[in-house]
Amino acid sequence: MDPLALTLIELGAVVFCLGLLARLAGRIGMSPIPLYLVGGLFFGAGGLVRLEGMHEFAHLSAEIGVILLLLMLGLEYTASELVTGLRRSWQAGVLDLLLNFLPGAVLAVMLGWGVVGAMVMGGVTYISSSGIAAKVITDLGRIGNRETPVVLSILVFEDLAMALYLPVLTATLAGVSFVMGLQTVGISLAVVSLVLLVALRHGHHVSKAVHSENSEVFLLNLLGLALLVAGLAAAMQVSAAVGAFMLGIAISGATAHSATRVLEPLRDLFAAIFFVVFGLNTDPRSIPPVLGWALLLAVVTAATKMITGHWAAKRAGIGVPGRFRAGAALIARGEFSIVIAGLAVASGVVPADLAALATAYVLIMAIMGPLAARFVEPLVRALRRPVRGPAFRTSGPA
Amino acid sequence: MNVDETDLPGLGRRKDFMTASGRRIGVVEYREGQTELIVSTWDDPDTCQASVPLTADEAATLGNLLGGQRLAMKLSEAHREIPGIVTRQFSISVESPFQNQPMGKACIRTRSGVSIVAIMREGEVVPSPGPDVVLHPGDLLVAVGTQEGLDTAAGILRNG
Repeated sequence: MDPLALTLIELGAVVFCLGLLARLAGRIGMSPIPLYLVGGLFFGAGGLVRLEGMHEFAHLSAEIGVILLLLMLGLEYTASELVTGLRRSWQAGVLDLLLNFLPGAVLAVMLGWGVVGAMVMGGVTYISSSGIAAKVITDLGRIGNRETPVVLSILVFEDLAMALYLPVLTATLAGVSFVMGLQTVGISLAVVSLVLLVALRHGHHVSKAVHSENSEVFLLNLLGLALLVAGLAAAMQVSAAVGAFMLGIAISGATAHSATRVLEPLRDLFAAIFFVVFGLNTDPRSIPPVLGWALLLAVVTAATKMITGHWAAKRAGIGVPGRFRAGAALIARGEFSIVIAGLAVASGVVPADLAALATAYVLIMAIMGPLAARFVEPLVRALRRPVRGPAFRTSGPA
Repeated sequence: MNVDETDLPGLGRRKDFMTASGRRIGVVEYREGQTELIVSTWDDPDTCQASVPLTADEAATLGNLLGGQRLAMKLSEAHREIPGIVTRQFSISVESPFQNQPMGKACIRTRSGVSIVAIMREGEVVPSPGPDVVLHPGDLLVAVGTQEGLDTAAGILRNG
């Protein structure tokens, strides 16, 4: 068959299947990410069907998917929200980092994956899925809840932590020395501060440069600039994803909101392809051996996120059910764990088992997170009722 | 009244307060401009029993209903000493013949002896409106007069 025809047919079939999977996910009220990953496993190396024709396009699309995911993560919060979030919730943020980075890192060391593996797995278990968390909070009607700002500010802190973590990860994966690593941390700290400063003081200039009333012009400006910045960042040995992320932070205000609207469909398409490609590159036969570890890691890191949310909500003066709701909302891991694992796999310095473990882990967490958020409330109520006893019933509905 | 304002990073702002009956009530204002009315459950003020999305018109109408009630109560209080004087509210429906017309066209004072002392519009009060004020659908007119006069005024506003 003509190679172009083959590529189009394969690509069309895959995107169509993704549409079916996304519809299924919507029907049962779950995040489509685990289904995309499973779809990728199904089609990829060692899976049931092998797709060779679309390889080149899929690879580039996956890269664009990562850039768009990070660009939109940067767009999500304004610079001032990031700064106030940092000021108000840094204790909770640090606790979150310690409690959730360590389990992944420790397991990686135990499995003999070394410092690089520990760095990667720590990131995978640390970062909550802000996409899944936001959707869960909206779907369960919890936006007006008192614990919601606590959850959101922890997500904001993780956002900032990513800005420092990703350059360090890229440097570690490139195999630079400790001194060079410190230098990278210094540079990324300086860049993050500079971008925040620019966004706070002169954000409207950056926004003005890309903004246009015409949505077509706006989209092309935005996408072109994002790819340019990402490409330049990659050329300077900083991750392309970080460049896009910084651009997202620098764009602020109304421009950021309309940018989110314009980019959303593109992000959905390319990010879906990214998840599939990640699944494609993972051999499904490598998953069963690491499944036990993934389950253990899932249980431990669900507990550590629960502790984080519980502690942060308690400090904010939230009642007991609200503390558990806050913890459960943070449990889901998703897109960014896969982004981190994807960067590591692409560098080729981590064992293939890491991709399998990350896939299995995210599959579990992306499904378990929303379920935990939904059922934590009735569970806490059921457990608390006998303790409160009849005192609970004497005060009728007000 | 102490209204708490809380930032919701990435979403918008929440403005709420605690009622005397122990419920938290308020609104969530989204960055994109939507408004949501939130009411907490009675046993856990942290959580929401209802969050009702409101369009701009609906939010303004709800504001009028609540604010108008209060204004009317205050006025009846003030007129309590004068027997025979009553305060009543009239809302301008989309069918009203005087919608988008200056209020003077209805000649309410001349025909019924009733005074329109205020108009509640989009949560704001227009005090002592003159005859040139244009009436909009959704406006709430606060009227003072005798019982019969108010009945006549209601008929005028409804049927012209």
